[in-house]
Amino acid sequence: MIELTQVSYGYGAGTLLNDMSLKLAPGSFHFLTGPSGAGKTTFLKLCYGELVPTQGSISIFDQDARHMSRDDVALMRRRVGVVHQDCQFLNHLSVAENIALPLTVSGRPMQDMRELNELLAWVGLTSQAEAKPPELSGGERQRAALARAVIMSPDVILADEPTGNVDWDMSIRLLTLLIELNRLGKTVMIATHDMNLIRHAKSHVQTRVLRIAGGQLNTAGADL
Amino acid sequence: MLFSQARNFFAADAQADRVVPPTGFTARLTIFAAGAMAFLAVFALALSLASGRLADRWGDALAKSATIRITAPTDQMDIQALAVMEVLATTPGVKSARPLSDEEQRALLEPWFGPDLPLDRLPIPRLIELVEDENGVDADGLRARLAGEAPGAVLDDHNRWREPLVRAADRLRMLAYVAMVLITALAGVVITLAASAALAANEQVIRVLRLVGAQDSYIARAFVRRYTLRALIGAAVGTMLGMIAMLLLPATGDQGNFLTGLGFQGSHWLVPAVIPPVAALVAFIATRQAALATLQEKR
Repeated sequence: MIELTQVSYGYGAGTLLNDMSLKLAPGSFHFLTGPSGAGKTTFLKLCYGELVPTQGSISIFDQDARHMSRDDVALMRRRVGVVHQDCQFLNHLSVAENIALPLTVSGRPMQDMRELNELLAWVGLTSQAEAKPPELSGGERQRAALARAVIMSPDVILADEPTGNVDWDMSIRLLTLLIELNRLGKTVMIATHDMNLIRHAKSHVQTRVLRIAGGQLNTAGADL
Repeated sequence: MLFSQARNFFAADAQADRVVPPTGFTARLTIFAAGAMAFLAVFALALSLASGRLADRWGDALAKSATIRITAPTDQMDIQALAVMEVLATTPGVKSARPLSDEEQRALLEPWFGPDLPLDRLPIPRLIELVEDENGVDADGLRARLAGEAPGAVLDDHNRWREPLVRAADRLRMLAYVAMVLITALAGVVITLAASAALAANEQVIRVLRLVGAQDSYIARAFVRRYTLRALIGAAVGTMLGMIAMLLLPATGDQGNFLTGLGFQGSHWLVPAVIPPVAALVAFIATRQAALATLQEKR
């Protein structure tokens, strides 16, 4: 599905990620942890083609990321749902329009509003459907971002610190949604430094915890 | 290819149009620029059409006529005039010829010498007006024959008057064309700048659209459609105002000459209708190039 082989990435002269190899199998659930600035976000960006490795290769759905055209990248992103910590909405559109945006840009308008309403209900945003993103709380924004990430029924969901700005209850609620998606066969990778969240997840779903530190990618220790 | 692009362009749904937020400044700039350019284009168009008509008019009017001027002693004048008329009667290409009467010659000289000119007491040359048929007269041949039959007769075929006038009118028409090309190019530049500013201001929008899987063509189309429609609306308003201004040009009667003919005439009133579509086409090309260039810089 997504496979990194001896991938390195650096900004300027420095190397942030060094010689990393990883294979994301279909239906797997991963956590990516590590200290701030270790390169978790960069790692995720490599996984959805926003960045290309300076060394090594990344295969995304059997395509070499280094040789994908911008249109190929766009088509690939319809199969990879991304949840950013800062959500990244179009503030002039309503929450419902933002959630439906992947369908809009891919020329696949909603067959009927029921599908969108079900998704809004799933993330608990039915009453905020017509609100604008700046009117939402942090947790609501994260749930809206999650709804937008899954509306195309992607094969892979990559979430970058999805619980970074929300309280514990909301974190558990978001985690539960992601676990539900994983049970539907989606591959999930969550970048977080919240160890409690990881421990909570391990009691509900089989996870693999990866740690980036010092530019290296390793499987996290048994203390988790 | 072009057809499918045009179909996609016009078939864009309302939701797709909304992905680009309204941008007040660049929107107003585009509409104003397109309107102003269209307004100026109406005048440039009117100038080119009027100078074309003028060149034709001067060319036609002077090309088909000539004047024979007879300068001779008074007692020889009638004899030479008669000889000239005989020569003309047997010259191919002459449709008609007639000596100007004293009244007509007086009328010609009146603007310079007043109405009381004593023509009979002044050594005024006799003038014979010659109208050519569609084949025209062999001027050199006619001059040679006149030199033999009527030594005081000089053929003036108006070439030395006509050529600079027609050349001036043609040059004027060329300048009007250059003005139209410059106006079109300037419209393209202004709209490109406006679109580039809008694209730069909407970097976050582009990033989000990319994130959710929008292809370059979709993002470009959202901007291109908006700016093309704005240019079309602005140019339509500018063209209308320009045509109203042309209608309001004061009529100066026959004395106005070139100024009287500066407006549109007959079917030429329909020609400015091409300005809004041309403006829209310029906006389409300019915005599309700007959008694709901007998008190419970002992965």
